[in-house]
Amino acid sequence: MPTLEITQTIDARGLSCPMPIVKTAQAIKAIPSGAVLELLATDIGSIKDVAAWCRATGNELLEQASDGAAYRFVIRRK
Amino acid sequence: MTTATLPSFDPLAEAIAVVDGLPEVVDAPLPAPARDSELKTKDLLIIDYSGDLEKVWAALILASTGAAMGVRTRVFVTFWGLQVFVKDSKRITGENWMQKMLSAMQRPGISHRKLSRMNFLGMGPWMMGRLARQYGVASPKELLDAAQALGVEFIPCQMTMDMFGLKPEDMIEGMSQPAGAATVIGLMTENSTPLFI
Repeated sequence: MPTLEITQTIDARGLSCPMPIVKTAQAIKAIPSGAVLELLATDIGSIKDVAAWCRATGNELLEQASDGAAYRFVIRRK
Repeated sequence: MTTATLPSFDPLAEAIAVVDGLPEVVDAPLPAPARDSELKTKDLLIIDYSGDLEKVWAALILASTGAAMGVRTRVFVTFWGLQVFVKDSKRITGENWMQKMLSAMQRPGISHRKLSRMNFLGMGPWMMGRLARQYGVASPKELLDAAQALGVEFIPCQMTMDMFGLKPEDMIEGMSQPAGAATVIGLMTENSTPLFI
């Protein structure tokens, strides 16, 4: 699988609800449609919240993973 | 005596006749199904009545999240909630002694909120602030800044502003035009999910 080109990374590690979502919403406005954003978070609630945010806003959640230290979400702007 | 035969009625034949009358299925590409995002979501209307730290916190978490999720979000600020949106730098507001005394008893501004319970002369809010920082929880001030950046409208209640002697220059930057109860009812009954906090 080809590696996705990440346009911007949001580091929301250490921040709790709702800041990972708030920061993602602010950052996604700054990238063009179709570009990919990466979100790093430690808030366990973000697993459900990022999916809910993508569903509500129509942005596409491409990948989600955990490396044990943080969760990583890859989102494509609609 | 002959019995007149009733015209025969066959429901199945009737049904087949109706189906026969339908147009043929056209062999053409169908439009793409509507995505979830194209469904019209309701607006969010939060009525911030309270000036208590914990309630203001909840109102601002929901307001900033609502706007982040692409929901048009408005906060109608009334009664004690209005004190939250007075500039932090203001110590005393109002024109007559009663209005001034009310603001002196509870210093206005988002950074000077008290807890409704366990305030203990400011010990409670101080501990809440410490815990919030320790656990990466955004302060009410940070949430207010984020909410404003995401386009949340904060609408002050004109009647309460008059009663507390608050002037537009007492309030933080970026507040909407003051309005009244009719605006709130209009929004509530139109297309907003209302929350009274």
